[in-house]
Amino acid sequence: MKCSANQAGLPIGDKSALGIDRHSTHIAAMLATSASTAVIRVTALAKRFGDVIAVDGVNFIVPPGETVALLGGNGAGKTTTLSMLLGLLLPSEGSIEVLGEDMLRHRYRVLHRINFSSPYVEMPRRLTPRENLSVYGQLYGLARVRARVEEIAEELQLGPFMNRPTGSLSAGQRSRIALAKALLNRPELLLLDELTASLDPDTADWVRSYLERYRARTGATILLASHNMGEVERLCSDVLMMKSGRIVDRGSPAELIARYGRHNLEEVFLDIARRPDEVAAQ
Amino acid sequence: MTASSIDREVRLRREPSAFSLRRMTAMVLRYLYLLRGSWPRIAELIYWPTVQMILWGLISQFFVTHSSYVAQAAGILIAGVLLWDVLFRSQLGVAVSFLEEVWARNLGQLFVTPLRPYELMLSLAAMSFIRTIVGIVPAALLCIPLYHYSIFTIGLPLVAFFINLMVFGWAMGLMVSGCILRYGLGAESLAWLAIFALAPISGVYYPISILPGWLQPIAWALPASHVFEGMRAVMFEHVFRTDLLMQALLLNAFYLVIGGVVFLAFFRAVRRRGLLLQMGE
Repeated sequence: MKCSANQAGLPIGDKSALGIDRHSTHIAAMLATSASTAVIRVTALAKRFGDVIAVDGVNFIVPPGETVALLGGNGAGKTTTLSMLLGLLLPSEGSIEVLGEDMLRHRYRVLHRINFSSPYVEMPRRLTPRENLSVYGQLYGLARVRARVEEIAEELQLGPFMNRPTGSLSAGQRSRIALAKALLNRPELLLLDELTASLDPDTADWVRSYLERYRARTGATILLASHNMGEVERLCSDVLMMKSGRIVDRGSPAELIARYGRHNLEEVFLDIARRPDEVAAQ
Repeated sequence: MTASSIDREVRLRREPSAFSLRRMTAMVLRYLYLLRGSWPRIAELIYWPTVQMILWGLISQFFVTHSSYVAQAAGILIAGVLLWDVLFRSQLGVAVSFLEEVWARNLGQLFVTPLRPYELMLSLAAMSFIRTIVGIVPAALLCIPLYHYSIFTIGLPLVAFFINLMVFGWAMGLMVSGCILRYGLGAESLAWLAIFALAPISGVYYPISILPGWLQPIAWALPASHVFEGMRAVMFEHVFRTDLLMQALLLNAFYLVIGGVVFLAFFRAVRRRGLLLQMGE
């Protein structure tokens, strides 16, 4: 599956390389009708904190069913962009459309259809995962909360620690609980900020595999902010390279690797990250 | 995920209503889970009102024989301390429940669900009511065998006093929570300090008339002053002052609107500044 959100914001590419019939599910069908061209459409998005420009006139779209990465170093503007997409942060300029709705004016029309996970937030540590997930299930208005919690616990193999305080769990177990929360409402759009940052390689691989299966099964769209190049190459059909609040390049991992004449995405990342220093040196 | 379960989900994916009792009770449930799983929190709720009541009960017993003021109405100080604790627990119930979200770094998660800020405010108020009842009722009951005084002898006016103090506590709690939201945990101590600033001018243990003249208008601008004056009228004169009740109700409506506006304004400021994801220990 190679698809690029190009500079003009138009999706191009083949959508069936993984053999996934994303229109085979009801959710995908609903996506197709509710957001015919883009799940996310960001136009001239900017955020300033005083004199600091955190995000500087960003444009991109994310087509339905794609997994797209926001890639960039610390302070590149990834988390700020995700926060604005979620409505946690109000932009200084620009517009955000998610699932066909203007997020600045009608975010409550779509919040029940999206979800997110971030290392910057946690769930109450004294509550058990079962209690936490039950509360979130009700907040998302699920029909049969208890059954859904059991279902997601089984899918993510949370059974052994569902009744222990969340704070007593290991980082890996807590990450799986966070993922369970993020998938609880079967989101059509999943925003993930450094999902596997604190996980050991085995657990991280398990999480990535699960996400691949989830996306293949539901046709959900995923926007992933990550520092892990291997993860991005494996999961994402498109990459938006961010630096100093701007999208400085974009394309599929293979396209970027070819364009920069590198062997992998990490080398591309380093190339882009170090470019100003090289220019200054010259 | 079966086709039927997806069908159910899809049907449910209509736009959520602007107000949901279910979302509000989900938040109350979240705070009750926390209380249920933490006996020190429950003990703390009961501990302070009980200790206060015992202390002031002993002082009252002394003054009954040495002060004509207290001797006129046995239990006046105990009633004062119990009602003051209603106000304090009500304010603290809102602020501490909100602080639990900040301590847990949970605000970012909550506000990407369909939960509206005003639903959170209502759940904080509901939780404040529960926490106040859990804290005050045991102290009020313990007072009966210890000092042969029952605050329930005040009768129906007690309900009016209780409601007014609860509502004023909610208003103060929302203002304090708004400050914590805006200024972070640096403003945490406001949860405990803010209400005590009002104690000297609320007339809990003495009439407003003994305050300096310039301070009295400020005191009368607080609903609590009207409640405690009303309490003294019932206990000393056996008269229920509806004028004081009405003034307290009007002031409470004003402060509640101010509390809500402050909380919502700071919530919007926090969304502009991007603090929701950063807030925590």
